[in-house]
Amino acid sequence: MSEPSTADTVEAGPAGMVTDRDPTDAPVMIHLDGVEKVYTPGAAPAVEKLTLDVHKGEILVLVGPSGCGKSTTLRLINRMIEPTSGRIVFDGEDVTDIDANELRRRIGYVIQRIGLFPHQTIAENVGTVPRLLGWDASRTQQRTDELLDLVGLEPGIYRDRYPKELSGGQAQRVGVARALAADPPVMLMDEPFGAVDPITRDRLQNEFLRLQAEVQKTIVFVTHDIDEAVKMGDRIAILRERSVVAQLDTPARILSYPVDEFVDDFIGSGSTLKGLHFERVSGLDIPDYPVIRRDTSREEAQRILEGSDFRWLLLLDERGRPARWLNDAHVADTSRPLHEVGPVVRAMVERNATLHDALEAMITSSAGQAVIVHRDGTYAGVVQIELLTEVIGRMRREARRHYEALEANQAADATADAAGTA
Amino acid sequence: MDGVRSLVEFIGGNTSGIVERTTEHLVIVLGVMLAATLFSVFLGIAVQHRPFAKQLSLGTAGVMLTIPSLALFAIFIPLVGIGNRPAQIALFLYAILPILRNTVTGLDAVDPAIVEAAQGMGMGQVQQLFRVRIPLAWPVIIAGIRVSTQLITGVAAIAVLVGGGGLGSYIQRGLTSLGNPFSIERVWTGTIFIIVLALVLDVVLGFVGKRTTSPGIR
Repeated sequence: MSEPSTADTVEAGPAGMVTDRDPTDAPVMIHLDGVEKVYTPGAAPAVEKLTLDVHKGEILVLVGPSGCGKSTTLRLINRMIEPTSGRIVFDGEDVTDIDANELRRRIGYVIQRIGLFPHQTIAENVGTVPRLLGWDASRTQQRTDELLDLVGLEPGIYRDRYPKELSGGQAQRVGVARALAADPPVMLMDEPFGAVDPITRDRLQNEFLRLQAEVQKTIVFVTHDIDEAVKMGDRIAILRERSVVAQLDTPARILSYPVDEFVDDFIGSGSTLKGLHFERVSGLDIPDYPVIRRDTSREEAQRILEGSDFRWLLLLDERGRPARWLNDAHVADTSRPLHEVGPVVRAMVERNATLHDALEAMITSSAGQAVIVHRDGTYAGVVQIELLTEVIGRMRREARRHYEALEANQAADATADAAGTA
Repeated sequence: MDGVRSLVEFIGGNTSGIVERTTEHLVIVLGVMLAATLFSVFLGIAVQHRPFAKQLSLGTAGVMLTIPSLALFAIFIPLVGIGNRPAQIALFLYAILPILRNTVTGLDAVDPAIVEAAQGMGMGQVQQLFRVRIPLAWPVIIAGIRVSTQLITGVAAIAVLVGGGGLGSYIQRGLTSLGNPFSIERVWTGTIFIIVLALVLDVVLGFVGKRTTSPGIR
């Protein structure tokens, strides 16, 4: 009973939840320069003078309330909607005036309603852009099979099927494969997982993050769901009406430091909790915790407990794995040996788990604290709620400092500009 | 029973004539249908996105169907003389509406998300039309072609009145010689073979439609 089963150990969240690298270090892949869309001359623009950089290999999420112009913005990039003014620079090349169809063949495009061609087989659907680009049949077929494999659909089974034979989740996978067919450097995704049930959506998101870790595309991703934005985004742009950027930053910083009331309202309650997804247990400075081994005597245990500031002792089994929690009542209970009293340790997290996982373990633990274990299940430390409070405070301070530094820089730049023009 | 026996007798004695008339009839129908299909499908594609042109062309094609066939056939005699020509023009005008309407309806019914995906992958207007929109609208278009074919095969019987050929000549000869031997049998022969021809054409078109429609949208 005291053996911790692996099921109790929380695995780290899906790839992408914790990123240490700064996405803006990579070169700029898409540069929007004062891009504007006006439908009715004289009326308010749908997208107002938007300047935005998307860096190579990042997922930039555009998120905002309905009608804020996020989809319009996405469609301006592949010129499904022609901008009224401004420039679009794609990998260093001004594409504002090149042939729109040629541009679109270089950009993967995934939409919520997928739009698979029902009269074509899955293979024909996936091979659409390669055929437009004039690839020969054998190269197209090879690529198609490769992509079906990549999105987890066995080519032998699905190649010759028609879209009507697929489930919603499978259809969306084919949609992603089709967008990736000609290996475009950039993908535009407009609420791609919006039309599937929550369980399938979660699975598709995780699969897609794994896929992205492999293919490293530059992705602009539109959603209205802040949770999806936080999960998928390397960076998030929160948009208000007319696609004005309210805040553009990493999810962790946006969650710890919303710049204004609009962002605060939009990310909603629980943003602090969501922020815990972005820190790993391994990054914590874990203080010592009183532990005893199976061969520790009762007197010794009593002494350790009295001498510590903690209410619980952690008993390790003979292989050094957490076994039971003991408080003074348990230690005083002489009817049974120490390793048979006290609640069994169930909630354990690995060192590479996120703080969110740790918090969950803490809440379910009978001692109100989460036990950290190494990969082999041996004891590594104990995390208490105070430590999380500290981390949350630190994240907020860091984010605030980041914005203060940013403002100071801007102010300095403005002064320099003013001095330059004077 | 005597009627049936004399009908069989008449048909048996006139097989070569019937084959000839049926072939004439078929040629008229096929020619008209080919022209009407090309014209109506192109017109449908052209007007589908233009509400005014769409209403105008559908309205006009509708009016054509209300003109009494006898009159419509005769109207063209001063322009093109007698024979098959005025008949073909009149039949062509009748054939437009079902094909035009179904082309427009079929194209309208294509899911906008599919067209958006096609456009988003870099298909031009023409590629979108031929690779996506027409293949998807095709089952509806071919249903229109079938309706027109049925209609034209029946109405083509009147061609004989403006000097044309076809199975209508049996009906006409029968009607003008009522009371004489085999007059009713002539009418029946014309009618029956028109019906048979229409059914055969419908079966053929049904088969063609099935073969040219992707299994994915059947």
